[in-house]
Amino acid sequence: MDLLRFITAGSVDDGKSTLIGRLLYDSKNILTDQLEALEKQSRNKEDGSIDLALLTDGLRAEREQGITIDVAYKYFSTPKRKFIIADAPGHTQYTRNLVTGASNAQLMIILVDARNGIVEQTRRHSLIASMLNIPHVLVAINKMDLVEYSQDVYNNIVIEYAGFARTLGLKNIAYLPISALNGDNIVDQSVNMPWFEGSTLLETLETTSIASDINLTHARMFVQYVIRPQSEELHDYRGYAGKIISGTYRTGDEITILPAGISSRLSRIERNQQDVEEAVAGQSVIMHLEDDIDISRGDVFVKKDHPPLLGQELEVLLCWMDSKPLRAGNKYLLQHNSRRVKSVVREIEFKLDVNSLEKQEGIEKADLNDIVRAKIRTASPLAYDLYKDLRANGGLILIDETSNVTVGACMIQE
Amino acid sequence: MSDYLDELESESIHILREVAGQFEKPALLFSGGKDSITMVHLALKAFRPGRFPFPLVHIDTGHNFLEALEYRDHLVEAIGERLIVRKVEDTIKSKSLTEPKGKFASRNALQTYTLLDTIEEFGFDACIGGARRDEEKARAKERIFSVRDEFGQWDPKRQRPELWNTYNGKIQKGENVRVFPISNWTELDIWNYIRRENIRLPSIYFSHQREVIEYEGQLVAVSGFIRLDENDKVMNKNVRYRTVGDMSCTAAVESVASTVHDIINEIIATRTSERGETRIDDRLSEAAMEDRKKNGYF
Repeated sequence: MDLLRFITAGSVDDGKSTLIGRLLYDSKNILTDQLEALEKQSRNKEDGSIDLALLTDGLRAEREQGITIDVAYKYFSTPKRKFIIADAPGHTQYTRNLVTGASNAQLMIILVDARNGIVEQTRRHSLIASMLNIPHVLVAINKMDLVEYSQDVYNNIVIEYAGFARTLGLKNIAYLPISALNGDNIVDQSVNMPWFEGSTLLETLETTSIASDINLTHARMFVQYVIRPQSEELHDYRGYAGKIISGTYRTGDEITILPAGISSRLSRIERNQQDVEEAVAGQSVIMHLEDDIDISRGDVFVKKDHPPLLGQELEVLLCWMDSKPLRAGNKYLLQHNSRRVKSVVREIEFKLDVNSLEKQEGIEKADLNDIVRAKIRTASPLAYDLYKDLRANGGLILIDETSNVTVGACMIQE
Repeated sequence: MSDYLDELESESIHILREVAGQFEKPALLFSGGKDSITMVHLALKAFRPGRFPFPLVHIDTGHNFLEALEYRDHLVEAIGERLIVRKVEDTIKSKSLTEPKGKFASRNALQTYTLLDTIEEFGFDACIGGARRDEEKARAKERIFSVRDEFGQWDPKRQRPELWNTYNGKIQKGENVRVFPISNWTELDIWNYIRRENIRLPSIYFSHQREVIEYEGQLVAVSGFIRLDENDKVMNKNVRYRTVGDMSCTAAVESVASTVHDIINEIIATRTSERGETRIDDRLSEAAMEDRKKNGYF
């Protein structure tokens, strides 16, 4: 059984919470006591039906306002797959939460209200899917019951979205006509839309192929921690602990340690307290080198083929996440996997209007939830990849050194 | 990495090593329950043959199951790591705290005081815990690195964005971070992992005979920590525990499951959530956990 992480973006009006509730309910992942709690809260509804949306709102403020503010993580599984849902808010003022939830997602469900078609919010969510390089997009055209399950309405939206998706460079898009409220095409095939021959939402989630999304060629491992027992019998033991973010390593491989650029060979790989010949992307390991080299947290092990870029000047797309604005010249601590360096945002080139997708130039500052393109200079070199090529090594965060808060998320463009 | 347990395991090891790499004085909070036992198992994988870069810390309410304490001491000896125990009893005396009263006088809320004192005593900057996001609605919104102020308070509106696998553990003096490496595991994932890895557990997780009373549909063990009233009917039942908390606030489930395999089958068949079935303290209100976390609770 494998694991799929997906994100649903939308607001209450789009039926996002209803969709998640329906998915959990129809796949029998809601338990009796949760259902009882739900019934208790739904009691003031006139028709006596259960409000599935209530399942997903976690904090008191959210229940009070009837909106999703922060990302909530939900879990369910079927015999085929385990799923982690990042349930994110849809409104513009919570763009940063959406970006956060999207950063780890392998698939995004974009909800479109069949009555309204593609609107500002659809464009914003699609932009974020493209910017965060989410490998799979599922466009769920919801509330089909309110357009009499019309195939024409559905087809028109699909055609319009496909054209728009091309401009964003989105790939691997699936389309589905659904009614989250009534359960059409969620877990069971809809009897109201016999014209639709594709899979249901759950089947699509279960069968979307994710194995090929794993990069097995670009070897990257950041050292997180150096293990040195310093005991009598393990006097010379020195292991470099980290998680392989991409690529494959074998004992005997020639390794270059960046940013220093020193070379050595892998003498031993340990995984789960056992020696292994080979380790691959996703695995947490301990690596040993033939030579005694000064290596510390934040150094990267790479191989001669498919090396990363090395440099101090970065062009990034940046989502600003703090209430204090970003201005050119501001200095931040930059964290790229386990490496932290000082950095300065040299220039803000333009702001991307998340709704119209237009570029606004001559921008002085970036405010909370703004997405801008910026130039960053780091105090020492980073071994990085472009975000579009290798997500796991192309993203970084900015930290305000006075408040310690994470204030920006950057996707390296060039 | 096509197996979900391998993926969860590797993610948790990565988080544990981030704690080791980012903090000066971390600690692993250990309760003797299956989640913290799983955490120790993951820490062995993350750091052996080196020593743990943190001690185990047990905040002892004095309302423990004897079996859990025995297990704790046995485990600590077997792995040769340091254990720090701080007792709620001592905090109650030194700070003149008021003991809760009532039928189930749980010291669960008082644990927070002892925990905060212990953090201060040792200067811990990070406390690793075994909480999972599937346990409860407020937990579902908490970060893996959860920054707390000097009063241990969680502010859900001021959480740091947590992107990719990049964790920001930078804090001011006096603040600390609660770290939850098994955030993304569910109860069933934990049990499947325990089965796969052959992890030993305290005996109370398996079916055994115990004197219990029934209270609002929950089975509570008869012990010196609860008050028996006249109309309580003491029964002898085959039970097991789904969670191991205090004897005063943890309920048992009727069961004849004597192996991990049996337990997994029961969990798959059961229609009640873990906390809903076994935690008397969460039933208080819709936002019980949210409120406790805001006050420094785990």
